[in-house]
Amino acid sequence: MSSKRPSNSDLPPSQGSAVVRHERSQVEAIQNAIDAAMASAGYSKASLFAVRLAFQEAIANAFNHGHRNLPPDTPARVEYRVSPAEVVIVIEDQGPGFQTDAVADCTLDENLEVPRGRGVMLIRNYMTEVRYNEKGNRIEMVYRRPAA
Amino acid sequence: MPSADSRLRVRKQDAVVQVEFIDRNILDEANIQLISDEISRIIDQESAPRLLISFANVDHLSSAALGALITINNRVRNKTGQLRLAAIDPQIYEVFVITRLNKLFQIHETVDDAMKSFS
Repeated sequence: MSSKRPSNSDLPPSQGSAVVRHERSQVEAIQNAIDAAMASAGYSKASLFAVRLAFQEAIANAFNHGHRNLPPDTPARVEYRVSPAEVVIVIEDQGPGFQTDAVADCTLDENLEVPRGRGVMLIRNYMTEVRYNEKGNRIEMVYRRPAA
Repeated sequence: MPSADSRLRVRKQDAVVQVEFIDRNILDEANIQLISDEISRIIDQESAPRLLISFANVDHLSSAALGALITINNRVRNKTGQLRLAAIDPQIYEVFVITRLNKLFQIHETVDDAMKSFS
């Protein structure tokens, strides 16, 4: 994982990037780096919860949907930038892309008991902005610090 | 009986199987599958399962964990059993509200409240 440290080297890096395989240790390493950068920038426990949840859903989508038909060790690329105002996370997988508007609304009564399809909805709820590239294999998520 | 590598604490009280998670984060799909399989085995052993799942130790869960809970709920209902969830952290409860799963599950503030709700 490459990262950029602020001038005070005791602080965690405020941005970084990594090529991540579908292994718990690799996902946790970058998750912990984002957590540390956010904590250092003074984000609340609720903000850390929101970003952690969105990151976990997005990386799970990359591996489970994006890489569904690719070798299991195919890596995804993750970038993050943490500033006092916002957190930006970009995840790009190597899959063919998917259209998020094709995901059924899981909050409809008829879909409540369907076990899958809640990840994208949770990402949209917890992040301030969510953008996909045209192909649908790259998600950019922005979390803005809530007004105090 | 839970195995040595069990991700759950399981005990039976007043004909209710109480399940508590060992992990604070229920995010990883492989881990969730293990948990789901373990709870499914518990359900299979009961004729009309009365199951209480406590989230007392849980800080984070993912949509995959929600999916596992829905599957567990369906299995319990297929055996005319009862499922209760309890002790959910307010931040995690919000995830249930956003997904409207608070309408699907019977959720109680405490394990004691949930125990009293079984018929």
